[in-house]
Amino acid sequence: MLKDVSFGQYYPVKSFVHNLDPRLKILFLIGYIVAIFLAKELLALGVAAAVLLLAVLFAHIPFGKVLRAVRGVLFLVLFTAVLNLFFHGGDAVYWDAPAVLWEWKIFRVTQAGIMFSVFLILRLFLLVICSSLLTYTTTPVSLTDGIESLLTPLKWIRFPVHELALIMSIALRFIPILMDETERIMNAQKARGAMLDSGGPAKRVKAIVPVLIPLLLSAFRRADELGDAMDARCYSGGKNRTKYKKLHFSWRDLFALVLLAALIAGIVVMRFFPVFPL
Amino acid sequence: MRIVAEHLSYTYNADSPFATKALDDISLTIEEGEFFGIIGHTGSGKSTFVQHLNGLLRLPSSLKRGKKKDPAVLTVGEFDLTSRKTNFRALRRQVGMVFQYPENQLFAETVFEDVAFGYKNFAEKKPEADEVARAVREALEEVGLDYGEVKGMSPFDLSGGQKRRVAIAGVIVTKPEILVLDEPAAGLDPLGKREVMELLHRLREHWCKTVVVVSHDMDEIAENCTHVAVFAEGKVKKVLPPAELFPHAEELLSLGLDIPLTAKLVLALRKRGMEIDCDYTVEDFVKKVLAQKGEKC
Repeated sequence: MLKDVSFGQYYPVKSFVHNLDPRLKILFLIGYIVAIFLAKELLALGVAAAVLLLAVLFAHIPFGKVLRAVRGVLFLVLFTAVLNLFFHGGDAVYWDAPAVLWEWKIFRVTQAGIMFSVFLILRLFLLVICSSLLTYTTTPVSLTDGIESLLTPLKWIRFPVHELALIMSIALRFIPILMDETERIMNAQKARGAMLDSGGPAKRVKAIVPVLIPLLLSAFRRADELGDAMDARCYSGGKNRTKYKKLHFSWRDLFALVLLAALIAGIVVMRFFPVFPL
Repeated sequence: MRIVAEHLSYTYNADSPFATKALDDISLTIEEGEFFGIIGHTGSGKSTFVQHLNGLLRLPSSLKRGKKKDPAVLTVGEFDLTSRKTNFRALRRQVGMVFQYPENQLFAETVFEDVAFGYKNFAEKKPEADEVARAVREALEEVGLDYGEVKGMSPFDLSGGQKRRVAIAGVIVTKPEILVLDEPAAGLDPLGKREVMELLHRLREHWCKTVVVVSHDMDEIAENCTHVAVFAEGKVKKVLPPAELFPHAEELLSLGLDIPLTAKLVLALRKRGMEIDCDYTVEDFVKKVLAQKGEKC
């Protein structure tokens, strides 16, 4: 059950994408998300998907892993798409047929609704794949280093950048620890006959209590211990702290940056000068 | 109930870059009534093995099908753990499992509720209140706690040793035939350790027929166990009674394991030219040494 959670887990192989500067990968993700929401025609989304596919290939991540990330949000995405399919409405005509294809009481399937749902599915899938690609190829430590470095300008307005980065890195660091802990506690309660994976929803919610309480207790205990350990080493925040690992911008990053810029530029151009106007 | 394992292998995160082989084709039999000790390094596979005993870890089905020649066998009494149809709930009722630091699994508002949790879970039909109360009282008294005093307390207000005993009571409350404990005395003070070991002896006499204990503490093993299995790198190196195992002290040391104090003394005395042939309990060791000294003097 817990092993199925693949979002936010680092996948340790050596690859072109793994070696990219984390700052660039974060920018890439943001730029990519902007691009797929700017894209107005299927061709543009197709190009965006192709770029992402290329990135996955270069990252040496097995496709199964990538699809697993999608599986986590599959239900949510389909649910939203189906809702939009029946309720979106609109009278735009995209192909040679009446604008409203089917109607029954409050349900209306229109051409615009279909297009909207298809776009929604594609966009959300691309979004999830791209963000999981970031976490697959970037260790939590370099991810937070990247975020800290990107947010540095905010220090001018006294925004606690270092503290924020610290909170993030601790949170990310604790994900696998708490997962292990959950599994251990689940095993202990299963050994006492707790039925954690059977029964109706109400039963399952009730069954989670014996897992949740020990888990919370242990999380608080760990937080206390970590705080004490940091105090004991005189940790005092970002000022005058040096870094063991410095981020470097290399030719690889330049290549990826150019690719991203081209993608965004292409999509923006296509937005105003559609290739296949629908 | 007898535990039989043959050609048992287990790999964590198979088919991924995190794959680690925890058990590598092990075979092991634990007879009913034994006080069975399992020793080994961290990562030697001992915890993985004991988690198979109540079906918390199951044999991957691919492994069963793939190996026609030496199929994996794992039976506990009549339960065939390689079969999908096994009633794992009934199995878990028979095989009680106390994990490392079991006090971390306490969750209920009162000690009574926490101990009753397992009893209620395993009951065939909803048990009567006085039935539950009787079982909980017996279990708590068995682990040496005062039922009237602790039953209404929050388990989180107890001391470390008491918490651990409540957790053990929460497992033995169903009267399992086999009790498996992973490092039951870890993190306790010497008195707490002694009390836990005494408790295990008491349990084996009239509560659970078989006790399987995973431990790093060799003195504990030498004093208490009838048989000891040595795990290393996912394999079982030896299964012997302590009296026959600890003559191989040098081998254990080379595996990075500790040896009991008595075995260290036997080695030291051997260097000085004195051979002691004992069963490595403190009492027997002292007796044999005194006997030899008496002869010499």
